[in-house]
Amino acid sequence: MDQSVRNKPPQADTGGLLPAHDSDTGVIPMRPSGRGMLQVAVDETRRSAALKAPVKARAESLDFYYGPHKALKNLNMEIREKQVTALIGPSGCGKTTFLRCFNRMHDLTPGTRYEGRIMLLPEEINLVARNIDPIEVRMRIGMVFQKPNPFPKSIFENVAYGLRIHGVRSQVRIQEEVEKALRGAALWDEVKDRLASSALSLSGGQQQRLCIARALATSPEMVLFDEPTSALDPIATARIEELIASLRDQVTVLIVTHNMQQAARVSDYTAFMYLGELIECDQTSRIFTNPGQKATEDYITGRYG
Amino acid sequence: MSTEGLSHHISSRYNADLERLRSSVLEMGGVVERQLTQAIGGLTEPDARVLLRVAQEELRVNQLERSIDEDCSRILATRGPTASDLRLIITILKTITDLERIGDEGEKVAAIAARLATRERPNNRYRELRNLGELVIGMVHDTLDAFARFDTTLALEVLRRDRTVDEEYESIHRQNITFMMEDPRSIRRALDAMWVVRSLERIGDHAKNICEYLIYLVLGKDVRHTKIEEIEKELLAPRGQVVPADLGSS
Repeated sequence: MDQSVRNKPPQADTGGLLPAHDSDTGVIPMRPSGRGMLQVAVDETRRSAALKAPVKARAESLDFYYGPHKALKNLNMEIREKQVTALIGPSGCGKTTFLRCFNRMHDLTPGTRYEGRIMLLPEEINLVARNIDPIEVRMRIGMVFQKPNPFPKSIFENVAYGLRIHGVRSQVRIQEEVEKALRGAALWDEVKDRLASSALSLSGGQQQRLCIARALATSPEMVLFDEPTSALDPIATARIEELIASLRDQVTVLIVTHNMQQAARVSDYTAFMYLGELIECDQTSRIFTNPGQKATEDYITGRYG
Repeated sequence: MSTEGLSHHISSRYNADLERLRSSVLEMGGVVERQLTQAIGGLTEPDARVLLRVAQEELRVNQLERSIDEDCSRILATRGPTASDLRLIITILKTITDLERIGDEGEKVAAIAARLATRERPNNRYRELRNLGELVIGMVHDTLDAFARFDTTLALEVLRRDRTVDEEYESIHRQNITFMMEDPRSIRRALDAMWVVRSLERIGDHAKNICEYLIYLVLGKDVRHTKIEEIEKELLAPRGQVVPADLGSS
């Protein structure tokens, strides 16, 4: 839309819309056709919805190599604070590679190399810099994997684990935090009476929520989800999606998913990647109704390009 | 998107579904257009069978409306269409409502034409009604053409014609008021003529709606309740890609 029209203050457009009584003739002027007050109001709402949250993380010219293979090519992207951002794209497009960069999961794979930066705001820490301790990064950025991977310990210990390495000694404090994390992961009511039983006795969906609770226990600023529901049935999936939507109040979420409808349902922003490049990143509602790039359109509508 | 866009899905059944949907809409449009032509023809060439024929076509229109509706819900439920596919389904769901209403208005015109045929005709044999009728038939015809080819230029051209229809409507309105004031015996006839004009004007509006949906389908821009000058400007403006990083400046 024309910028000048859109940015015009509402008053400029209501000229003549509020029927000013002409005292000389007693005639109420006719309402001009076209953009009414309602339209102005609608434009305003749309604009304020587009007013985004502050940036939480920013990839700047990020390249990533598996040995000689360049898996990510010059990625530039912003992740908004306390919003859910979904990464979609065909297999091998680099979305999981990108996600894993955020908590340095590649460090253990020999021959990998980061170039460029991922800045965590507001401190402007470069997450992939060599001098930054990956353990520190992982304290601030939690991750949940495709398959639930609870430790072979009790439910309680799974959640308390992160706190203990964090150096929390107080039993009371640990108990409080575990309960808070389990409530945050919508699991508390189901496990509160058997916190001491093995985490492996839980169902798949419960295990996944336990992993989310474990990730939440250390109060991270950001949580990464790598296809968190691909191993779950539709009901467990719905629970996790509900949970991700509610996490938005506390943390920034970045999620990789193959399920396009899931991306459409849970995320605020969607980024489409293809062959290691970021093709398009936009508000989810826009990506799924009217994407800007043909490659995105072809992918989400199930066409071959 | 273009019409070929319908046939590039990985699923060939999806292609077939969408293609069939599109041709059903065109068939429905064809029937409605025929109804309308017959109804307006009835104004100038009184024929008792017109009403019957128009009413029969109505049955087919209703049948098509229902089957298209059903196909759309099935595709929504099973395919979860997105982007241009989603816009296509939405557009079709709305288009058939307008088409069906065009058919209804056509039926009204046919009914009044049958009544007018039993009375004395004015000297000009309802020339003004015929003119307006032809204008409106042209709009419906071009709307369907635009739909068949996903042609936004033609759709825009139809939108422009709506203004002429409104002007004609005004002028016939005034003319009939004059008739009624001059000769109260003409009131009945003039009122009937006004009903016809009213229906024709409504048909023009429905055609206009469909053209607006079509622009939404092809370009993803919602141009309803927008002045024609602004629509023209919108359509000429290139669609920029909005990256969240850029949202602040837009």
